[in-house]
Amino acid sequence: MALLQRVAEQGRRVVRFTLDGRPVEALEGDTVMTAMLTNGERLRRTEFADTPRAGFCMMGACQDCWVRTEEGERLRACGTFIADGMRLVSGGEWTS
Amino acid sequence: MSELLPPVIVGAGPAGIRAAERLVAAGLRPVVVDEAARWGGQIYRQPPDGGFTRPKTALYGFEAGKADAVHRAMAAIRDRVDYRPRTLVWNCEAGALDLLSDGTSEILPFSHLILATGATDRVLPFPGWTLPGVFTLGGSQVALKFQGCAVGRRVAFLGTGPLLYLVAYQYLKAGVEVAGVFDTTPFAAQARATTGMLRDPATLAKGLLFVGWLRAHGVPIHNGVRPVRAEGAERVEALVWRDARGQERRTGCDAVAFGLGLRSETQLADLAGCRFRFDEADRAWLPERDGAGCSSVPGVYLAGDGSGIAGADAAELAGERAALALLEDLGRPVEAARVKELDGRLARIAAFRRSLSAAFPFPVDWAAAIADDTMICRCEGITAGAVREVARSGQAREMNRAKALTRVGMGRCQGRMCGATMAELLSRTLGTGPDGVGRLRAQPPIKPLPIATIVPSPRGGEGTDGREVA
Amino acid sequence: MMRERIDCDVAIVGGGIVGGSAALFLRQARLSVTLLERDWCGAKASGVNFGGVRRQGRPLEQLPLSQRAHAIWGRLPDLLGTDAEYIRSGHLKLARSEPDLASLIDYRERSQGFGLGLEIVTGEAFRRRWPALGDRAIGGSLCPEDGHANPRLVSPAFARAAAKLGAVVREQTPVDRVEKDGDRFVLLSGDALEVRARFLLNTAGAWSWRVAEAFGEPVPLESLHPNMAVTEPLPRFLDVNIGVEGGGVYGRQVPRGNMVVGGGRGFALDADRARPQRDAVLTLMRDAAELFPQLRHAHVIRCWTGVEGYTPDRNPIIGPSRTTPGLFHAFGFSGAGFQIGPGVGQTLAELVTGGETPMPLEAFSIDRFPPTA
Ligand SMILES: Cc1cc2nc3c(=O)[nH]c(=O)nc-3n(C[C@H](O)[C@H](O)[C@H](O)COP(=O)(O)OP(=O)(O)OC[C@H]3O[C@@H](n4cnc5c(N)ncnc54)[C@H](O)[C@@H]3O)c2cc1C
Ligand SMILES: Cc1cc2nc3c(=O)[nH]c(=O)nc-3n(C[C@H](O)[C@H](O)[C@H](O)COP(=O)(O)OP(=O)(O)OC[C@H]3O[C@@H](n4cnc5c(N)ncnc54)[C@H](O)[C@@H]3O)c2cc1C
Ligand code: FES
Repeated sequence: MALLQRVAEQGRRVVRFTLDGRPVEALEGDTVMTAMLTNGERLRRTEFADTPRAGFCMMGACQDCWVRTEEGERLRACGTFIADGMRLVSGGEWTS
Repeated sequence: MSELLPPVIVGAGPAGIRAAERLVAAGLRPVVVDEAARWGGQIYRQPPDGGFTRPKTALYGFEAGKADAVHRAMAAIRDRVDYRPRTLVWNCEAGALDLLSDGTSEILPFSHLILATGATDRVLPFPGWTLPGVFTLGGSQVALKFQGCAVGRRVAFLGTGPLLYLVAYQYLKAGVEVAGVFDTTPFAAQARATTGMLRDPATLAKGLLFVGWLRAHGVPIHNGVRPVRAEGAERVEALVWRDARGQERRTGCDAVAFGLGLRSETQLADLAGCRFRFDEADRAWLPERDGAGCSSVPGVYLAGDGSGIAGADAAELAGERAALALLEDLGRPVEAARVKELDGRLARIAAFRRSLSAAFPFPVDWAAAIADDTMICRCEGITAGAVREVARSGQAREMNRAKALTRVGMGRCQGRMCGATMAELLSRTLGTGPDGVGRLRAQPPIKPLPIATIVPSPRGGEGTDGREVA
Repeated sequence: MMRERIDCDVAIVGGGIVGGSAALFLRQARLSVTLLERDWCGAKASGVNFGGVRRQGRPLEQLPLSQRAHAIWGRLPDLLGTDAEYIRSGHLKLARSEPDLASLIDYRERSQGFGLGLEIVTGEAFRRRWPALGDRAIGGSLCPEDGHANPRLVSPAFARAAAKLGAVVREQTPVDRVEKDGDRFVLLSGDALEVRARFLLNTAGAWSWRVAEAFGEPVPLESLHPNMAVTEPLPRFLDVNIGVEGGGVYGRQVPRGNMVVGGGRGFALDADRARPQRDAVLTLMRDAAELFPQLRHAHVIRCWTGVEGYTPDRNPIIGPSRTTPGLFHAFGFSGAGFQIGPGVGQTLAELVTGGETPMPLEAFSIDRFPPTA
């Protein structure tokens, strides 16, 4: 179930991307964080304990929201806007 | 000769915008750098481009007028400033800043620099604070203002500071269920401080209005609360807390918004060589600034919350005041009456701030009670016990040593989220005051820098020593 | 205020890995030791270096000391009560051209007999063994028992272990004056402390020239600042410590996944502090990404440097003073004193206790520089 709940501004253009391989939708102007957390419950799993994380400060300070794309790129989810065709991953890369 | 370089302002919040406005009025063309995509800073942050339609009254409530004025001020000077949005300043070295924009790094030399870098939430850890669904108060407001989202369906608001009731109120107004306000401040402290707050009746009235509104809508408000833990497996399911009488209680919720006031972003001031002092009111080391905003480094000025928390109105005034100080240093004429007026208003705000920090005291006993197995460093996953251990065993008597030995402060956030906690733990264990353990030194890059950063004109470092293969 | 006075056999100026380990070995020999450290023990070069524990590539004259140190590194848990993240991962020196490969082969031949166990691996065998390094090298020389460690943990641990054995260790205690009064050295730290000792060890790192000068032997010591950077944690792809023949970038991945890389130089803020230099940082990042494509998408989360003393010939100064009996120097490690540090400490302890050491120190004599620099 989604972590973030939309309560306003829902009339924006739809943006399509994939989350862990699953095609999902967000809205234009969403951050990667909003896009992922309105479609899921976490952004990543931690390196050292494999626990879920979903960001914390939403303003570029805590650095808790770094996520990966399938290509291996790393994005700070609260400071990057979602774009059509992004392929985002929320699973751990450490335990696989 | 120094006027050959345009003045540089870091931060396009209320402080940076008012500084830019004043410099433009004097005929200069400042560079304004901000990591955000649009101007406005934190409180007056604007939604992204892309079809957001809420009016400013919905976004900023009582502050809509001020927000609009600040936004307009920047719009009016837009083509007379060299504005660099989406640009992170990642380093300050030898009279120049390093900027990262679109993956490319660029050097920006300066002779005069105004740092208006703002603040983010100050936090202390509690068990479960890394669970999905626990966000900072500021972050929860950003979600609403900037994204039209709530951090949950049923949100608990925890902590202290002006944002606590404000954000709870904003959530309620947006139609989100507020599970309760869990205020760490004992009721008595607030009552005592209202006397001081009467200096600014408007702020007081707003605060009372939020509380009244929340109560009227049946939101339980608890004072003197301490968090026990956020519960949940993969995400928050409840907040367990202790009431003022020490009774443990549990409130079901799917999100916790928490914060304990704000902490200044001081890294660039540190790299610029500014002298720091311990500030009792903020319980933090801050770059020294005089009433005009001059730092200890000639040509470097400090304005707004980035060098001490004083709120948005003060940020506007301090931004303009710092610009006037800069102009004076350039030998430009400045209006003495305006300087005097600003100084007077800043002094009054300073007095008000002191009473505000009495109204929202930092819960020192929270820090003292952090269990040894509580994770205090989100980045590196280090516990409170590790810090206490290096202090107790005599291995670390100050912050940088404790960092070297425990890794707290070494991760991606560079101590932004864990620094205050480590200072509390160390000073408690060592029996010094909070000012007795020093401060973490800033290190470049002040935020993570892609290794693939493009450098347009690589100048090459000094030659490496062939024998040095470590 | 009353001045505190300490009488002891040996006074040590500087609590880096050299002074700290000397203190430990001197205590094992039951001499009374006072170690004075201006900052915190192991907070300077010894605590901020790259962490390379490497014998390979050192000038041959350093290898006996380096071998001695190697044995000590193998006993860290016994000596210090911690392994300080020391791992014998191997040190692989890459050759990126035929001439570089030839010089690695030449080094292996010249260093035979010192026990490094170097192994040259090239071509297909190289690619199979280190697929992570791809085709960015035509081969390399592996020193299987070299490795790396966490300098922030190792270096303070030596002084701590010495203190546990009874050494007097004083931190935040700068030695402002040193002189010899008859057969005693007298060290003063402000007005608060006076230490008197029969022997004096000058292990003050990049600042050792001050002590040397106080005894009338100026040395040509220059402070330089190797530039370091570390990435966020990444899935493990590299276990060996990597260097490149001919210099340039070097790197190691710590068990937690962060990649530490070094190369280029920082700059001095003042005599005591240094900062990484922007061009050096950006060049280092570019070189590191080129050498390790696995870093392509990684971020650098911290950069730093340190203050290290370099001599003109890049060999340290180790051994007795030529002007003052009872004074021994050990400094000027020129960017490579971390690995041999404990071996030097042990050697200093021998010189103090017995007046001699089996270690050949001729190449490190202070005499090799003219008396007035
Ligand atoms: C979420 C939130 C809500 C707040 N709400 C209120 C409120 O309701 N009332 C109130 O009085 N105060 C509020 N505050 C406090 C608020 O920070 C200040 O009142 C006000 O915004 C301070 O203005 P400023 O110009 O000093 O800094 P800010 O408005 O914070 O602006 C600083 C700017 O600098 C930029 N910046 C910082 N570092 C860098 C860098 N290295 N490179 C590039 N750009 C950089 C940031 O992107 C930011 O835009 C709030 C703070 C937060 C975090
Ligand atoms: C960034 C960097 C990377 C490096 N990488 C490696 C590597 O990978 N492998 C390797 O083998 N070597 C490396 N080195 C070199 C190695 O770190 C040093 O050669 C070694 O640590 C020197 O140890 P030391 O004890 O002599 O010096 P230091 O550790 O500098 O200790 C000297 C101490 O003396 C103290 N002191 C100075 N003056 C006084 C005074 N008047 N009174 C009291 N105390 C005083 C100082 O505060 C300091 O703590 C590197 C060095 C640096 C800077
Ligand atoms: S959520 Fe804190 S940096 Fe993105």
